Amino acid sequence: MPYIPTTQAQRAEMLAAIGVSSFEELISAIPEKMRLKQELNLKPAVSELEITRSIQSKTCNNLCTGTANSFMGAGVYDHFIPAAVDTIVSRPEFFTAYTPYQAEVSQGTLQYIYEFQTMICELTGMEIANASMYDGASAVAEAILMSVRKNKLMKALVPATLNPEFFKVVKIYTEGIGIELETIPMSDGVTDLAALESMMDEKVSCVVMQSPNFFGNLEDGFAIEKIVRNNPKSLFISAVNPVSLAVLNAPSEYNADIVVGEGQVLGNSMYMGGPLFGFFASKLDLARMMPGRIVGGTLDKEGKRAYVLTLQAREQHIRREKATSNICSNQSLCVLAATIYMTLIGKEGLVEVATQSALKAHYLADEICKLPGFSMAFPKQDFFNEFVVSTPIPAAKIINLMKHRAIYPGVDMGRFKEDFVLLMDSRSGSGMTKDSVDSRSGSGMTKDSMDSRSGSGMTDIENRLMIAVTEKKTKADLDALVSALAEVTHV
Amino acid sequence: MSKTIFDYSIKGRTGTTFPPREIEGEIGSVINSKFQRKENARLPEVTELECMRHYISLSHKNHFIEKGLYPLGSCTMKYNPKVHEAIVRHSCFNNIHPYQPEETLQGNLEILFELQEDLAEISGMAKVTLQPVAGAQGEFTGIKIIEAYHKAKGNTHKRKIIMPDSAHGTNPATCSLVGYEVVEIKSNEQGRVDLARLKELVDDDVAGFMLTNPNTLGLFENQIEEIAELIHSVDGLIYMDGANLNALLGIVQPGKIGFDVMHYNLHKTFTTPHGGGGPGCGPVGVVEKLVPYLPVPMINKNEDGYFFDYGHARTSIGKVHTFYGNFAIMLRAYLYIKMVGPDGLRKVSENAIINANYLMKKLEPHYHIQYQEYCMHEFVADGTWQKKNYGVSTLDIAKRLLDKGYHAPTVYFPLIVPEALMVEPTETESMESIDAFADAMIEIAEECKENPELLHDAPLTTPVRRADDVRAVKVLDVKYLIN
Repeated sequence: MPYIPTTQAQRAEMLAAIGVSSFEELISAIPEKMRLKQELNLKPAVSELEITRSIQSKTCNNLCTGTANSFMGAGVYDHFIPAAVDTIVSRPEFFTAYTPYQAEVSQGTLQYIYEFQTMICELTGMEIANASMYDGASAVAEAILMSVRKNKLMKALVPATLNPEFFKVVKIYTEGIGIELETIPMSDGVTDLAALESMMDEKVSCVVMQSPNFFGNLEDGFAIEKIVRNNPKSLFISAVNPVSLAVLNAPSEYNADIVVGEGQVLGNSMYMGGPLFGFFASKLDLARMMPGRIVGGTLDKEGKRAYVLTLQAREQHIRREKATSNICSNQSLCVLAATIYMTLIGKEGLVEVATQSALKAHYLADEICKLPGFSMAFPKQDFFNEFVVSTPIPAAKIINLMKHRAIYPGVDMGRFKEDFVLLMDSRSGSGMTKDSVDSRSGSGMTKDSMDSRSGSGMTDIENRLMIAVTEKKTKADLDALVSALAEVTHV
Repeated sequence: MSKTIFDYSIKGRTGTTFPPREIEGEIGSVINSKFQRKENARLPEVTELECMRHYISLSHKNHFIEKGLYPLGSCTMKYNPKVHEAIVRHSCFNNIHPYQPEETLQGNLEILFELQEDLAEISGMAKVTLQPVAGAQGEFTGIKIIEAYHKAKGNTHKRKIIMPDSAHGTNPATCSLVGYEVVEIKSNEQGRVDLARLKELVDDDVAGFMLTNPNTLGLFENQIEEIAELIHSVDGLIYMDGANLNALLGIVQPGKIGFDVMHYNLHKTFTTPHGGGGPGCGPVGVVEKLVPYLPVPMINKNEDGYFFDYGHARTSIGKVHTFYGNFAIMLRAYLYIKMVGPDGLRKVSENAIINANYLMKKLEPHYHIQYQEYCMHEFVADGTWQKKNYGVSTLDIAKRLLDKGYHAPTVYFPLIVPEALMVEPTETESMESIDAFADAMIEIAEECKENPELLHDAPLTTPVRRADDVRAVKVLDVKYLIN
């Protein structure tokens, strides 16, 4: 048996020292009939050599993004990660430690979290950041919960342009305490400002914006912020891609109150979507309302600089049912990877990552739109490194036809068809009929009207392909996609 | 004073290089200027060597499992096998996009399917979702499932969840998040649920009962059958917090003794690295009648192979994670179960229990132990003798342990034991290392008598001395001021 050091002789010696004659005596508190009489029905143990061999055959049943030419994004992205990131993350000093409960022997963990908080504050322009949440989705949900704690208002306005997977998590996290979620319609792939204006009232706790939004389009944070302030109590939550912040507005520039997002793009591999980590930052006046761990600097008894977990009176182990969140952990190792990534890539480097990603994405968009039957779904919008194109044949078919070429051309928007309907239906909560909501927000909420509202953008959703580009793509990769698209759609 | 990474930063230095721009231009040529950032974020500018030196020097300030015993109660700080790390970093695992076609994910899906099955067998539950990414999120998922069950039966008046006062803080916090009212029940003199009191509390408004088993005192809740009968009599459901599952592998299947829903902590019982606080993984198992409410998707298989199954979307509670949960963590747990096997899992729990009892026996003459019976995989000693006789607190004892090269046990929890020291040695510690730890604890008990000042001063040898928590709250310093 690996990993158990106790020999038979020691076992006997230990049992004797305890004063029992058999192991069974130790578990006498477990009623006899509750004890398992036979061995668990699992496969017999295998050695390290055997497991390594059997895993090899399983990896062969995966076709990884590294081998393929992939343009998939929609929440996680394949950016370059310097080798030194993993060298540090693999150190047992970091990865077999736990939550820094004993600060004096956890200064390594505490300090990198402090440095991470600083870097997130730099990127977002916020004054305080926590030690991370589970993922971008739960970070948005927790931001809404924090807003409700702050202003005691019970309505959250969530954009139709939000990642639909985020929306599902937001829904499950907020429905319990009775928060009313209303969807802000979109117009041409971005938040419909007129609709938002009509939805702002004295009950609105917060307004969420995602930029780049799910479709890759940039939202106008300045314009949205102005509308949010129609209710002086309402808070403005901005969900952002941290790599994009190297070149795009820091959310502080448009006066966001809470800034969250998915952090995977910062030095973490995709791992089929997990682990991820959410970052969470805000203005300082919200510090005592925040969820999750926060590291603070202080002094030790000799006046030496030290770091501790701070503002713990917010947390579940102290406040129990009155805590700001039930979260107990953070995604610390992912945060370490992000911290090392931001350090190595550095100030100029992150600008280069963002710029190359954006330039290549725009080149690719231009080239694809030269093909017959292809066009931008939202031609008027600015985008960062991801965009939606209208395709002459269903996107799912294109993806299928490219599999044997080892190209993943992007994400089929058709897979979200039902999610968009869900998103549109969400506003009918809290006893309001669908009709009354529809008329109030000034635009229909049925599936048909969703299509009409968004203009040409998302009608015929099966013929929409969302394409993401990172700095890892070479021009040859981009050109290969363009010629493959031409070939598979050629009639 | 210890430097931050920002102190090494000098303009023009870089830790990485990029290929030349194949596509010419600047950001302004593709994105409208109104979206452009005014000033660059002041991230560090350092070389790779400077980065390595800084973070390696930080790593030296941590306590970790390979350095020494890490007896944090309820955290199960067992050894994390290195083969897991080698395998998980394979590019055919780490470089997989969640939306790849299922045909290209068959290896991953097979692993997840088998892990779902293995975990179900271990707990005796009907089905397991792997999606929750932490124990607390597992609790949230489980309580949402309880809520969905009652909703489906039209029992929306059930708004109360009962739990003992020894519960982890996440239990009440989770119930509040789901919108349930928390009813706390005092533990009895045996450290168990007070059955008489429970009988008074149970009425038709009760949606469920949350119980950690073995509980946070390290004791098996031996009245679970009576508790289950009582709660089930009002159609309530019983949730098991699986934080202490390391005591039950191959010994008890919670799904067969009255529990309806439970979470596992893969980072505890199934030895995925704790990572300085995460990422973890908190799968949830349920009995047959709760299967329709599990999150979507489940992993399933048919004649074409493995697939993401959204078939029960209409009854499901929905999703708690952007994608499918923490795959990289699940993979490690899968490897562990395969390498340990059914016989090995039983040995894990046996040895965890033997180690805890052996250590408790050694400490008994020196530290007060409130519940005088054999413990499961952990036990709660306390510092009340030291406090009363020498004015030394449990915090002092904990800090002195750091000087002796150990991490401290979990302190001041559970809340019902004053000056609590909750100790969990785990099965991967040898008799010799437990002897050495016991000696250190006994030495400290002696020091309390002879030199209490030393204890108040501790720790003396750690990278920093006792840190001022109060100041950290008063003078909030949560980010470095970059020059």
